[in-house]
Amino acid sequence: MSTNIDNKLYTLKYSTDTESHLKITDKEKCRLCTSKNCTYICPAKVYEWNPDSQEIIINFENCLECGACRIACEKKVIDWQYPKGTKGVTFKQG
Amino acid sequence: MLKQENKTDVIVVGAGPAGIACAITLARNGKEVVLIERGLFAGSKNVFGGAIYTQPTKEIFPNFEQEAPVERRTVQHNFAILGEVDSTTISYRKNDNSSYSVIRGKFDRWAAEEARKAGVYLVEETVVRELIKEKNKIIGVKTELESFYSDIVIIADGVNSLLAKQIGLRKNIETKDVALSVKEVIKLDKDIINQRFNVKDTEGVITEIFGGSMLGILGLGFLYTNKDSVSIGLGITLNELVESKISPYEYLEKLKQHPSIAPLIEGGELKEYSAHLIPEGGYKKIPKLTANGVMVVGDAAMLVNNLHWEGTNLAMISGKLAAETAVEALDNNDFSKKMLSNYEKRLKESFIIKDMRTYKDLMDVMHSRKSAFLSYYFKKINSFFEMFTSVNSVPKKTNFRNFIKSIFTDRSIVELFKDCTAVIKLLWSILA
Repeated sequence: MSTNIDNKLYTLKYSTDTESHLKITDKEKCRLCTSKNCTYICPAKVYEWNPDSQEIIINFENCLECGACRIACEKKVIDWQYPKGTKGVTFKQG
Repeated sequence: MLKQENKTDVIVVGAGPAGIACAITLARNGKEVVLIERGLFAGSKNVFGGAIYTQPTKEIFPNFEQEAPVERRTVQHNFAILGEVDSTTISYRKNDNSSYSVIRGKFDRWAAEEARKAGVYLVEETVVRELIKEKNKIIGVKTELESFYSDIVIIADGVNSLLAKQIGLRKNIETKDVALSVKEVIKLDKDIINQRFNVKDTEGVITEIFGGSMLGILGLGFLYTNKDSVSIGLGITLNELVESKISPYEYLEKLKQHPSIAPLIEGGELKEYSAHLIPEGGYKKIPKLTANGVMVVGDAAMLVNNLHWEGTNLAMISGKLAAETAVEALDNNDFSKKMLSNYEKRLKESFIIKDMRTYKDLMDVMHSRKSAFLSYYFKKINSFFEMFTSVNSVPKKTNFRNFIKSIFTDRSIVELFKDCTAVIKLLWSILA
């Protein structure tokens, strides 16, 4: 049984906030970043590089709140906070 | 209600195993405790493999085996070494009760409810944004809506511990000091689980998985049986993911497709996907654990013994030891770092710091010899059994000789020698 990431995320219960709890503090640094670790280490595919606008798109509504991006970001430009108390992911199984 | 508005004896931040164990111990000692949890309910942001261990859990919840929502009692441990297409498994089976698989969403919620019954004020859906400091002492916490004050704050906010970082107790974590774990809970009929794992309804199996999709990288897989689901996942150190440029869920997909794993989960339906970081820096990366008015417990204190898959037990016991120290501090009305450092003393006297010290060099050795210990030898173990079981009209002596020859042709003598020295050094550091 194999499942792609969208189907995996579909199993989760989310309460989505209107504003992102994840922010990039200096977008210019993303442009200079050659590794773009966030785009593949994230277990929920939150970060995507948009070649047209030359910036990282943050699909914060998919976030599993693991914190990996904060540590893996080479340029240390991810401002990582917990979502508000009523927001974010809820694991029923964990 | 609280004696004084917004002021209590102790505030515990985070209702995971460490925070709950700490809060309930305090309440049982007659102290006033507020336990603040950011999730919808205790357990809703928590993820682990998982199993909980009976002896340490009983120290906090003496009757949990009868009262708590447990899944299956572990009767068998499998250690599966996966090659690319083959595998060698060692099983240890004993009908005892040393651990139970649990679903965190159920177990932590139950445990928090027990804490509430013991007198803990449980505040859910509330994020602590920062600690309040006055005259070099932590005096409370600021949430999104209001501030709470206390004589002591216990930081149990998990692996990312933004609070320990805020007050300078921990430094930035490096990618090699954490593993990123992804997991799937896969629904399967109870009877199918019983058949596939050779167990009865309440009995379960823990399988630790080496190699496979993680050959040559610092990662471990796991498979736990629950009542009517199995939890399969893996944890890979973050620096390996960064270097390999492969997503964690791709490693998991590949693991699920391994010929030795796929039949176990075949026909299952994905119930829930999750991810979490595991602190794996070991002894050398334990942060400062106390300051005036504050103590750090559990994952926030990076207390994990990864070789033995232990985390929740270290969390619970560290929470309990911090609570005992807090009781002492409250009784003496002394909340200084000096007083609270008795918590560190208790940790050092317990198995927690002793075990962390025992394996202090483990991760360094694994990082430096990973292609040997996590690929070459795993493959060799499998090829030994491939050779040993093959019936191909080649004389056995030739088979043995070829196998032994391959050890030296597939890896240089210098490297083999270095592997041996690394093992000896590691064993020495563990046993000395």
